[in-house]
Amino acid sequence: MLRSLPRPRLIRHLIAAALVATAGFVLVATAPAAHAAGEGLLGRVTVDSQPVANVSITVTKKGGGQVGTAKTGPDGRFTIGLPGSGDYTATVDPRSFPSGVKLLDPKGGSHTVPVSSDGTRFVIFPLTAGKQLGTAGGGGGQSNKHQPVRALQLLLEGIRFGLIIAITAIGLSLIYGTTGLTNFAHGELVTFGAVVAWELNSRFGLQLIVATILAVIIGGVAGGLNERLLWRPLRKRGTGLIAMLVISIGLSILARYLIQVFYSDRSHAYTDYGNQTARDYGPVNLTDKDLSSIVLSLLVLVGVALLLQRSRIGKAMRAVADNRDLASASGINVDRVVLVVWIMGGALAAFGGVLYGLSDQVNWEMGFRLLLLMFAGITLGGLGTAYGALVGSLLVGVIVQMSTLVIAPELKNVGGLLILIIILIVRPSGILGSRTRVG
Amino acid sequence: MDFNSIVTNGLQAFVGLDAVYFALLAIGLNIHFGYAGLLNFGQVGFAAVGAYGVAMSVTTFHLPFAVGVAIGLLAGVALALLLGLPTLRLRADYLAIATIAASEILRLCFRSVALSKWTGGSDGLNQFANTFANLNPFTPGAKYGFGPFVFSAPDTWSLLVGWTLVGLCVLLVFLLMRSPWGRVLKAIREDEDAARSLGKNVYWYKMQALILGGVIGSLGGMFDAAQTQSVQPDNYGTTITFFAYAVLILGGAARVLGPVLGAMIFWFLLSITETVLGQLVSNGYITFITSSQAGKVRFMLVGLGLILLMVFRPQGIFGNRREIALDAR
Repeated sequence: MLRSLPRPRLIRHLIAAALVATAGFVLVATAPAAHAAGEGLLGRVTVDSQPVANVSITVTKKGGGQVGTAKTGPDGRFTIGLPGSGDYTATVDPRSFPSGVKLLDPKGGSHTVPVSSDGTRFVIFPLTAGKQLGTAGGGGGQSNKHQPVRALQLLLEGIRFGLIIAITAIGLSLIYGTTGLTNFAHGELVTFGAVVAWELNSRFGLQLIVATILAVIIGGVAGGLNERLLWRPLRKRGTGLIAMLVISIGLSILARYLIQVFYSDRSHAYTDYGNQTARDYGPVNLTDKDLSSIVLSLLVLVGVALLLQRSRIGKAMRAVADNRDLASASGINVDRVVLVVWIMGGALAAFGGVLYGLSDQVNWEMGFRLLLLMFAGITLGGLGTAYGALVGSLLVGVIVQMSTLVIAPELKNVGGLLILIIILIVRPSGILGSRTRVG
Repeated sequence: MDFNSIVTNGLQAFVGLDAVYFALLAIGLNIHFGYAGLLNFGQVGFAAVGAYGVAMSVTTFHLPFAVGVAIGLLAGVALALLLGLPTLRLRADYLAIATIAASEILRLCFRSVALSKWTGGSDGLNQFANTFANLNPFTPGAKYGFGPFVFSAPDTWSLLVGWTLVGLCVLLVFLLMRSPWGRVLKAIREDEDAARSLGKNVYWYKMQALILGGVIGSLGGMFDAAQTQSVQPDNYGTTITFFAYAVLILGGAARVLGPVLGAMIFWFLLSITETVLGQLVSNGYITFITSSQAGKVRFMLVGLGLILLMVFRPQGIFGNRREIALDAR
């Protein structure tokens, strides 16, 4: 996935595009005139992925003296022009950090990079307000706590995260169950919900709870439109499942970059419930918003379960997911059921997106990052079943969070994805799936 | 509007370094998806292990470049075995999810601080392909080419090597697919059970296809890394795989030259839209987006193009509708 950091090739393209646009310049790879851009060092300083302003950076040339200094702007970025190619060392000044902030990697205070003629290099200085890397176990910050207590805390965070995955994954699983479509664009429904709520919250000043309700409704409409405008016509045309899978990938790319263009390529927090401090509940602590997130997700999931178990349309959904043809033959209007599944899936995805945005900020690719964990959850639980998605997602969330007991936090998603692959090897039908042939 | 630069940029992209990279990725995918019907959505993972195979061998372990290339290719084989052994028995969409997850696992591992001693973390590794650059027979500073196709000496050298590799891979695919081996592969794509009932070891044929396509993907990753002299983990995101699929489907799956022509046309179109949009924005014809947003529009166009192609012309420009098995099991 292309991160928000500019890639070298992208920078090259951008510089080239700028040159072409301004001077009507015929692009030749290393023409002398291209020195308008010159050698440069770009970079970014972040605290836990958020930009930090006013951090001092010094650049020295290898075997030479100081070349330049810069301070980061409000977006955490800095640019330093260089006199020519060579090896340069960029050093960040710890005295300019905001209080309580340290380098994420204690040895990461300076980067030495070779800069080629006319090249630009990008360096990143990750800082953290919490625990430094390489100090896991005994030392520093949160890990002063006893290991069992920390495990309990992570279990709680895992449940919170797992419930968010579950809310978003139920729709994905039911869509798969009722139509056979592996919808790679489901993550974008999550992002869409979070972004709509953010726009209503920050731009139009609606209180977040009101904004969330509206976002869930709009998310449901978006899900329904997906089905009516794209997938139903495609099914009527007899498009194959693999073709539909590829189409959903195209839709995912289209939607993701649409959101990026019209929202932003940065992360933003909601204006409400931003700065909450955690309260102690016995050995563990939780912020009010995390507690509300857990309670609300549980309520919604119980509601969905009741709907599936008790209501006519819920029973019809399970019937179609179980055996489409049989359901159709017994008089169930499959198209209507599928439409309801899509509307419900879109609404749930939007709700999950808001909860995810509340804990991790709203980002244009948040849904896509969640998508693979959703797949992990529903594969673990049993593809196509509603309750399997619930149980599997909860487990994935817990495993992802608790894996930070033994591995670096930055690798926690690797744990979740490894489960996905291991489940596919050991029991591809999942925990709750029927033992049908899947290979 | 400066039509001269639009056309020149477009034509250079038509035969450019990105076209080579994506042609190699898509040739590999063509063996998986086009000929064997395998939904490999982790092709970028193969490119990543190839690129990191070279980069880490040279930078971290101080091995010669040639040994690094061999290690990169072996890494591609290893990844194919690792992925294929458990997942090739599964249904097509399971393979898709498993491979996409594997490629993300690789990216996250390559960019992790814990492994940065070997991989360079999120900064990646640099300047490992001096051997490749030093082999360049062209005079530095001079320009080579004719008409709009004028490139600097390093680019000319990279393009020469790149298109030679593409040519060799195309030749290999051409010869393989008219051999008995290729016919078995296509039979598996059409009907796995029929092939099995004829006594063919379906699983092993699929594995061979996965390895071969994966190694060509690794070759592509290695070429890109050697030519840019850098590997960066975030250049190996899932978007690259999706682009490679777009290239393959645009050109036509299950055609020997489909992925190559697809890559050339793909980058030609991207370059044209990018330059035109950039000019429209900077000249004030389009005011509702900025020039950096215009750069994102091309990703949207790829997504839209992929949808429209799959809906209206799944066989691509040069494909044969009967040749593509999009209704895998």
